[in-house]
This record gives sequence, structure tokens and C-alpha cells, in this order.
Amino acid sequence: MRKAAKHATIALSLAAMFTGASLMPQVASAGAESATKGKELAWNRKKGNCLACHMMKDGVSPGDIGPPLVAMKARYPDRQKLFNQIYDATKTNAETRMPPFGKHKILSNAEINAVIDYLYTL
Amino acid sequence: MKLKKLAIAAVCAFVATGAFAAKKATDTTPDQDLKAYHDFFMKRFPGVPLQEFANGIYAVNSISRQNWEAIEEFPPYDPMVEEGEEMWNTPFTNGKTYASCFNGNPAQRPNYPHWDDARKTVVTLPMAINECRTKNGEKPLKYAKGPITRILAYMAYQSRGQKTNVTIPNKDALAAYNKGKEIYWKRRGQLNFNCGSCHVQSSGQHIRTNVISPALGQTTGWPVYRSKWGELGTLHRRFKGCMKQMRAKPYKPQSEEFRDLEYFLTHMSNGIEFNGPSARE
Ligand code: HEC
Ligand code: HEC
Repeated sequence: MRKAAKHATIALSLAAMFTGASLMPQVASAGAESATKGKELAWNRKKGNCLACHMMKDGVSPGDIGPPLVAMKARYPDRQKLFNQIYDATKTNAETRMPPFGKHKILSNAEINAVIDYLYTL
Repeated sequence: MKLKKLAIAAVCAFVATGAFAAKKATDTTPDQDLKAYHDFFMKRFPGVPLQEFANGIYAVNSISRQNWEAIEEFPPYDPMVEEGEEMWNTPFTNGKTYASCFNGNPAQRPNYPHWDDARKTVVTLPMAINECRTKNGEKPLKYAKGPITRILAYMAYQSRGQKTNVTIPNKDALAAYNKGKEIYWKRRGQLNFNCGSCHVQSSGQHIRTNVISPALGQTTGWPVYRSKWGELGTLHRRFKGCMKQMRAKPYKPQSEEFRDLEYFLTHMSNGIEFNGPSARE
């Protein structure tokens, strides 16, 4: 417990070092707590609302506009690549229908990282 | 039964749409656009006849269609068509009626929207109705909902079965059409969508539980009685709602922008019969 708290402090200070470098994923945010928060963000209609377009495990009434988000760890070993896809999907596909969550400030970098922690549980 | 098959086909048929979005509005002519859009949707929804697109989402989704067919058995808009007929027949304070502005014929839907070359602007039916009123000393009606939808419902009902046939007679009209096309394909709002993100690229697919209708045929059924509204609304009310969904600042009903957008979008449905008013979820 105490160990976990210390870990979090280090994570925070590491994260602080990266502020300003907007495309840099804050690697140290991994953890069950963050994944839980990420799930909330991903399902919330006002925030990520990823379920509007993507099937995700246990997600109720998902849309089918984007591909199902499964086996994320296997398919996205590179965390940065996943971050970029969420931050601004138009970079990889100019005609994409996926909103640029980071670029348009729908989600903060910290929120995107929490979502990624959740995605890695899928 | 046939429709069940169609719905499945719709989800599988994934056709690249970049061709529409990437182009500048002036790159293609209205005739080329008409063919390209018709071809695109006929391919995306194989087996759905052109006229069927007038029914919006119910043309391509068999599940929601059943409920809709039941609703259309006892249309919720029927009393509103009657109210509209009464408006048509009731004289203004100066003794004249709407008939005096529309050659005595309420079946005017196919004549709108059209290019008015003298005024260099697109004239829509709601606009013509209000111009008729002000010319006769009456106050204009609000454009999104309320009494205007009644007179529109009556005129639409009288126009059922006639075909959409928007013409683009000259260079200035073409400029308005192209403006409408640009508005359609411009990404906007926090979500960075354009109209085609949903109604072309995602047509027939689900956004959460909402099925998204194809752009083709979207202009034929107005005014629409929406269960969510619990009343009739105009086409521009829907435009506004969709722009809000995009988290963008919407234009005003009957603004030049929305009239140009209607001009472009209605032209896309040339050849499809008017079938308003209609019911939607
Ligand atoms: C409005 C639709 C929409 C929303 C909302 C949306 N996406 Fe997407 N997403 C797509 C589409 C469409 C694709 C397919 C690739 C493309 O078209 O760019 C995609 C692709 C992806 C991919 C790559 C998929 C793969 O299998 O490689 C990931 C990862 C992803 N989205 C994550 C998310 C996350 C996380 C959220 C929420 C924070 C989200 N998406 C919200 C439409 C959406
Ligand atoms: C985020 C997705 C999305 C975007 C972007 C969007 N719409 Fe919609 N639109 C919908 C949904 C969902 C509905 C309700 C279901 C249906 O009929 O398609 C709808 C309904 C409509 C309808 C009514 C169709 C009918 O048959 O009753 C019209 C017309 C329309 N949209 C036009 C537009 C225009 C024009 C734009 C751009 C300014 C636009 N939409 C942008 C999702 C969207």
C-alpha cells in the first residue's frame, strides 16, 4: 500500500517532467486505478465516448463505426502509437471519422493515458 | 425479409469515400456529383431501390423499420396536416389567402429550393411562405417548429408523389450549390466531423444505438414528426441539431448557409419522390 503510494509520487514527478511535450505519453501512469478511471472516460458520453463507435469488452450498446478494440496489448506493443491514434487520428488517416481527442482538447494527455491503461486490459 | 439481407449487406459494404471529401467543391459538376452519390449509395446498399431512400434510415435498417411501419399506420402528423389545410384556407386580415402567392396550388414542394436569379439567392419553401405572409401584412412565422410546420405539412402532403428536380441554371446558382457542398464537407466542431463523416461514410452504421441514415433521400420527407421532439420540425431544425451534435456553432434556420446546404443536399436526391410529412424516431 505504502509502496504503491510512493510509486504514484514518482509517477507524478515523472509526468511533470514531460508537461509541454504534448505528444509524449506519460509512461509511468500504468496501474489498476488508472485503468478504472480510463474505463470511465472511455465509456462516458461526454468524454471519450469510444463506445459510440467501438465495441469494447462488456460495453453496453456499442456502435460499429470503428473496429472492435480487442487484444490491444498484442496489437499495440508501442504505447506511443496508441497515444498518437487517440491524440489525433487524422495523422494516420486524413479521412478518419475518429475525433482528435488530444488535439481538440476533448481529453487531456493524462486522461488519454488513463484510457490507454484501460485499453491494455482489453 | 428482403430487408434483413439488405441491412447485413450495408454493414459489410465498406466503400472508400475519400473521393468526395478530399475534392474541392468546384472539381466536379452537379451532374457528376449526382451520379457519383447515387452510384455510391446504390453500391453501399445493394438491392435498395432509389425511391426507397426517401424513407431515411428505414430504407436500410429492417429492425427500426418494423416499428416505423406500425407508426405510419396511424400517422402522428395527420392532425397537423389538417391544421395546415385550415391555415391554407383561412384568409389573412387583408382577405387574401396563401393561394394568392402560390398560383392557387398547395402542391408546391417540387418547386423548392430554387435559384432566384433576380435576388441572387436560394429560395426555400418556408422562406416563400413567410414572404407570402409579410407581403400580405402578416407577421412571419418562426422557422424551426410551430405553425410553419403545419402549413408545410399540408403543402408537402399535397405534393406527395412528385419528384425532386432541383436545377442549377447558371454560374451564380452553381456558386451557391458549391457553397452548400463546401459546408457539407467542411470538418467542424470539437468532434471534427463533417456531414459526410456520418451520412456518407457511416451511413447504415451504428453510433451507439443510433443508426445513421444515408444522405440520399434525406430531403424528401419534411416536415418530420420526431418522437424525440414530440412534434413536427423543419429540415433546418434538423441541420441545427446535427451541427450541435458535432459540437459546432450551428447556423440559423433559413440563413444563407443552410439554404445553400439545402440546395446542394436536395439536388443529390433528384429523381426521388417527395413523401412528406413523415415520422422518425
Ligand atoms: C466517431 C467515431 C469514433 C470514436 C468516437 C472513436 N473512434 Fe477510434 N476509430 C474510429 C474509426 C473509424 C477507426 C478506424 C481507423 C480510421 O478510420 O482512422 C478507429 C480506430 C481506432 C483505433 C485503431 C484500431 C485498430 O484496431 O488498430 C484505436 C486504438 C481507437 N480507434 C481507439 C479509440 C478510443 C480509445 C476512443 C475513445 C477515446 C475512440 N477510438 C473513439 C472511430 C471512432
Ligand atoms: C455524429 C454524426 C452526425 C453528423 C456529423 C451529422 N449527423 Fe445528421 N444525423 C445523425 C443521426 C444519428 C441522425 C438520426 C438518425 C438518422 O435519421 O440518420 C441524423 C439525422 C439527420 C437528418 C434527418 C434524416 C431523416 O430522414 O429524418 C438530416 C437531414 C441530417 N441528419 C443532416 C445532417 C447534416 C446536413 C449534417 C452536417 C451539417 C449532419 N447531418 C451531420 C448523425 C449525424
